[in-house]
Amino acid sequence: MTNENLRADVIAALQTVAPEIEPAALAADRPLRRQVDLDSMDWLNFLIALGKRFTVEIPESEAARLVTLDDIVAWLAARRPPP
Amino acid sequence: MIEFRLPALGADMDEGVLLEWKIGPGDRVARGQVVAVVDTSKAAVDVECWQEGTVAELLAQPGERLKVGAPLAHLLEPGEAATPKVGAGGTASGRRAISPAARRLAAQYGIEADTLAGSGPQGAVTLEDVERARAAQPVAAPQPTDRSAAIRQTIAAAMTRSKREIPHYYVAEDICLGRALDWLGAYNRDRPLTARVLPAALLLKAVAVTLMAYPELNGTYRDGVFRPSPTINLGVAIALRQGGLVAPALLEAETMPLDTLMRALADLVARARAGTLKAAELGSGSVTVTNLGDTGSQAVFGVIYPPQVALIGFGRSVERPWVEDGRIVVRPVVSASLAADHRVSDGHRGALFLRDLADRLQRPEELKP
Repeated sequence: MTNENLRADVIAALQTVAPEIEPAALAADRPLRRQVDLDSMDWLNFLIALGKRFTVEIPESEAARLVTLDDIVAWLAARRPPP
Repeated sequence: MIEFRLPALGADMDEGVLLEWKIGPGDRVARGQVVAVVDTSKAAVDVECWQEGTVAELLAQPGERLKVGAPLAHLLEPGEAATPKVGAGGTASGRRAISPAARRLAAQYGIEADTLAGSGPQGAVTLEDVERARAAQPVAAPQPTDRSAAIRQTIAAAMTRSKREIPHYYVAEDICLGRALDWLGAYNRDRPLTARVLPAALLLKAVAVTLMAYPELNGTYRDGVFRPSPTINLGVAIALRQGGLVAPALLEAETMPLDTLMRALADLVARARAGTLKAAELGSGSVTVTNLGDTGSQAVFGVIYPPQVALIGFGRSVERPWVEDGRIVVRPVVSASLAADHRVSDGHRGALFLRDLADRLQRPEELKP
């Protein structure tokens, strides 16, 4: 899976909590929560959706580092199984 | 004979449109069963029936616009025998004969179907009668077509009523969350995301438990009389993504262990967003909390949700200098506020409540069970 595909999947997970977002309008290097206006419950649900979609455990200590779209894609890319 | 009426759907919703019946004549109804779905301006609401019985007759048709308190169905009490109907064509409730299609069309046009002259058999109102009435109507004020506009209108009505009728007073207190957030961090550390407890849930639990000693902040004020609520039905202001907000209640929040409260909150938020709340959640709040969360402003002074008498507000928690044992330290601090009804309580008691709340949040481990 390329990073482009990863990104599309992350956005799909995001759309489960914020269906109205315009993917093209997202700045990948800026904090995602504020761009999409997600409260703490939405953000938690987004992380849970990510965990399910990519079948990864996101530990509490790591969750705090996932701030931008780029962060999330990089974090997931580092954890995907080798081809 | 039990007359089942449309229950209250919250202070700002005094009517709804029946979308769907979940029951039919002859069905047995259990206490608490969802029997109908009603569309309010904010959401489709599952309406429960709190009496047991057998459905004798449905009095309202899907598509009909109904006021809170309007009769929806007749139920036979357990053991009660059905009574034969009086005469053919007429209904037991003495309502006008009108076809479901005509009633639906009338509702669509915003015409009171029961006021129309009927030209059908036995004076029944027909589709043609509705169309005729529609043609004769003066050009009506534009009806809000999209949900956002309708939500805005209902919020406007409730908040205008609040500010007109309720003499608000306000008190505020900065609360150090250092201990509470440290404790919560440790509590969450080894848990999967799905079992994580958010600070919002801890704040709600602290409010619910503290309110038990302040009955004058928890209840409803109607017709000049305050009625304290025996349970803490904690309304939670939830922002809707299309704009506007809704404040369904966590019923009996004071009895919920922290984990249960967190799951109940997650469920409530999800259903508020999806528009599938229950009537009891919208109609029986006894107090409300608004929590701006970590993307909001530092403080909020709320408008009480009538007929309730108090609203507790939390701003965004921020790291600030804080004096502890004579030293200046950096701690996460949240501004808590109380807006309360001066007809029922005074600022002195309100201030005591906030101090108690602050103390309780210094002993977070006691909020777990």
